[in-house]
Amino acid sequence: MGSITLKNVSKVFGAHAVIPSIDLDINDGEFVVFVGPSGCGKSTLLRLIAGLEDVSGGEVVIDGKNATELPPAKRGLSMVFQSYALYPHMSVRGNIAFPLKMAGEDKSVIDKKVQDAARVLNLTDYLERKPRQLSGGQRQRVAIGRAIVRQPDAFLFDEPLSNLDAALRVNMWLEISQLHQQLKTTMIYVTHDQVEAMTMADKIVVLNRGRIEQVGSPLELYHRPDNLFVAGFIGSPKMNFVSGAPAAAYHAHTIGIRPEHLVLSKDHGTWRGTVGVAEHLGSDTFLHVKADGIDTMTARVSGDFPVTHGDQVFLTPDAQRVHRFDEKGMAIR
Amino acid sequence: MARNVSTRRKLLTTAAAWTIGILIFFPILWTFLTSFKTEAQAIASPPAFLFFDWTVQNYFEVQSRSDYFKHFMNSVVISFGSTLLGLMIAVPSAWAMAFAPTKRTKDVLMWMLSTKMMPPVGVLVPLYLMFRNTGLLDTRVGLVLVLMLINLPIIIWMLYTYFKEIPGEILEAARMDGASLAKEIIYVLTPMAIPGIASTFLLNIILAWNEAFWTLNLSAARAAPLTAFIASYSSPEGLFYAKLSAASTMAIAPILILGWFSQKQLVRGLTFGAVK
Amino acid sequence: MATLHTRSAARLMIAPSVLLLLAWMIVPLSMTIYFSLLRYNLLMPGMEEFAGLSNYTYFLTDPAFFQAIFNTLAIVLGVLFITVAGGIALALLLDQPMFGQGIVRILVIAPFLIMPTVAALVWKNMFMNPVNGLFAWLAKLVGLQPFDFLANAPLFSIILIVAWQWLPFATLILLTALQSLDEEQKEAAQMDGAGAWSRFIYLVLPHLSRAITVVILIQTIFLLSVFAEILVTTNGGPGTQSTNLTFLVYAQALLQFDVGGASAGGIIAVILANIVAIFLMRMIGKTLEA
Repeated sequence: MGSITLKNVSKVFGAHAVIPSIDLDINDGEFVVFVGPSGCGKSTLLRLIAGLEDVSGGEVVIDGKNATELPPAKRGLSMVFQSYALYPHMSVRGNIAFPLKMAGEDKSVIDKKVQDAARVLNLTDYLERKPRQLSGGQRQRVAIGRAIVRQPDAFLFDEPLSNLDAALRVNMWLEISQLHQQLKTTMIYVTHDQVEAMTMADKIVVLNRGRIEQVGSPLELYHRPDNLFVAGFIGSPKMNFVSGAPAAAYHAHTIGIRPEHLVLSKDHGTWRGTVGVAEHLGSDTFLHVKADGIDTMTARVSGDFPVTHGDQVFLTPDAQRVHRFDEKGMAIR
Repeated sequence: MARNVSTRRKLLTTAAAWTIGILIFFPILWTFLTSFKTEAQAIASPPAFLFFDWTVQNYFEVQSRSDYFKHFMNSVVISFGSTLLGLMIAVPSAWAMAFAPTKRTKDVLMWMLSTKMMPPVGVLVPLYLMFRNTGLLDTRVGLVLVLMLINLPIIIWMLYTYFKEIPGEILEAARMDGASLAKEIIYVLTPMAIPGIASTFLLNIILAWNEAFWTLNLSAARAAPLTAFIASYSSPEGLFYAKLSAASTMAIAPILILGWFSQKQLVRGLTFGAVK
Repeated sequence: MATLHTRSAARLMIAPSVLLLLAWMIVPLSMTIYFSLLRYNLLMPGMEEFAGLSNYTYFLTDPAFFQAIFNTLAIVLGVLFITVAGGIALALLLDQPMFGQGIVRILVIAPFLIMPTVAALVWKNMFMNPVNGLFAWLAKLVGLQPFDFLANAPLFSIILIVAWQWLPFATLILLTALQSLDEEQKEAAQMDGAGAWSRFIYLVLPHLSRAITVVILIQTIFLLSVFAEILVTTNGGPGTQSTNLTFLVYAQALLQFDVGGASAGGIIAVILANIVAIFLMRMIGKTLEA
């Protein structure tokens, strides 16, 4: 059904290689998230799979068949765009029906499928409205509706939630995840937000400068980052990095400790420091501690830990959970 | 707007704006009123503003004496003809420049705009002679051609700015949805382009209807549109105010109404999309 | 999408308009240049002969020419001044909250939609006429002698008429630009202690600069070639007091039938327009790029 394989895929714009060469396997039914900073090539990679851009080299294999030369519509994929890309002159019904109409489906079949999709997405009351009369979240659902009626082998999402506000975004995470549970169709989802990636993915592909840094489940990436980039990108607040003498103690060039893996004490510990800013979130408090001889480190403590700005504290890394990296930034295991 | 404007201030602004608005509009209003007066009332002193014997006699006389309808039809044919012909040539050009731009597209557009800067007198003499020698002088065809050419850059620019606004992602969505190029054009592009084409059409009708250099110089009795027809009132018939007013009212009414409906597009079109 | 195929298709689609405009530029213009070097009068057909630059010397030494240059510039600058200043004031007024804003807009925009011949004739006869015009009546009402506008101040009268036609254009564009000014910016300036005048100078005017430039550019193109308004009001007179370059060339060509002289005048007009255009493009280039 919806397995997708990239073999040695590259993309060059002019003299600039946006994607030097990528190999990737996506299994049928997986929810895969491409994540990385802006300009890392994640959207380009998605568009190469969609067929909206031609590959400069390599093969795109969809469902076991070489799809490299196929036009977008023939690949059995559907896509949800960042701007939603709804047809402004068509009603919601017209938008959702459009791909079916293009496929030459029967009028009665189209009606039924549109009704079904509208019911799933809570759009039944809005079918006759024009996109401009809808809220951002509703537009988003129309775009998804347009994608699901075709019953594609895989869905492609290009940063679909970046135009929504935070509360709505969390809702849509749930809705999209539920949709995935129901349909069990392959989904490829592009985002720059690692929290979004961690929340939704079965498998995360971390991209940086057109290269894959690591592929793995959210927890694999969290617990066993392959390199400094992945270690720094995944997890919030960011992992603390320390080089020099403290790292040498662990036989590494650089060590990384997540804020949640630092133990704080008022009277004893490995590193002494002074509390700078304290972010009180209620359940947790993030402390920015200026450790003597080291840089500022972030530590997570429970919300009732009694400290204020200027207090002296001691930090102790949880030795089991210290990540070690060599000079090239690769993990030492 | 969370600003609280005092009613007093709003009333003052309203009074000032309405006064100025009516002053600016007054010559048109006055023309309209005068067109319903007798010639004697039209030059009466003190002038009658509303209390006079309203008559529509002038309208009939303008028609019977100088065949207003013929000139009206000339205006219609010339402005619609030149606009439609211009659109036929401009739509593909603007389309190509908007959707398949090259490095030189901007330069081509600027060059087209620069042709508008050539003063018409620079080419008046040869054009007049060419028209005289080919029998195009004082014909509707000749004026359609000239007006199409002088407005072509504006048409292309306007269309270009409208087409440019159709987002690329929509076209990609249509391709993902399985639309062939033909279906993409029929179902997605054309419906989205039609508002822009319609505004361009409207604006250009207005420009062509009011064009008063070439229509005055290249037409005489036969093909004269309303601009030239009205110019014939400059002397001595112009002293018949009521008839001048009736003829003027009929000449400006259609375009005035058209223009009022397309204010927004007027701004965009006339500034080549630089001000929206 | 930019494959070789679509690129050549695109060229094919652009070609007709480019070729037409190219022909429209080059063919008549080169004929004008050619004619300008001939002694050629329509009343004496068959007598054409090469005349060198004599048409140009004739034109450039004609006192009417300098008068025409002056009048052309006076019309352009006079109308620009009135419409830009008036347009800014009107736009500021119309941008305020008021009752019936839509109707006022409709009233204000109307003159722009009036054909030049109608505008000029209505003003000439029904307002500026020293016997039956409304202005004459108003003058008498306050005990003044009626003023014969077109005979005594022909250029000023024409500037007034043309400015009336173009004021709506400037107002409408400036108003549109004004409405795109961020309300929060104004509020921020207010919080920063800027008074109404400072807000106008430091916030509104810079925001309007692009629109003002566009107004100046487009109006200049049209104002350099004012024609119909002169033709139906003063016919360039009295004498050549209200003759601009366009009207001078027209008179030479279609009233004196002097093809050679008129062509030379036409070429001079083209050169002048180009000088103005280069000057404008410089100015525009700066504001539009930003």
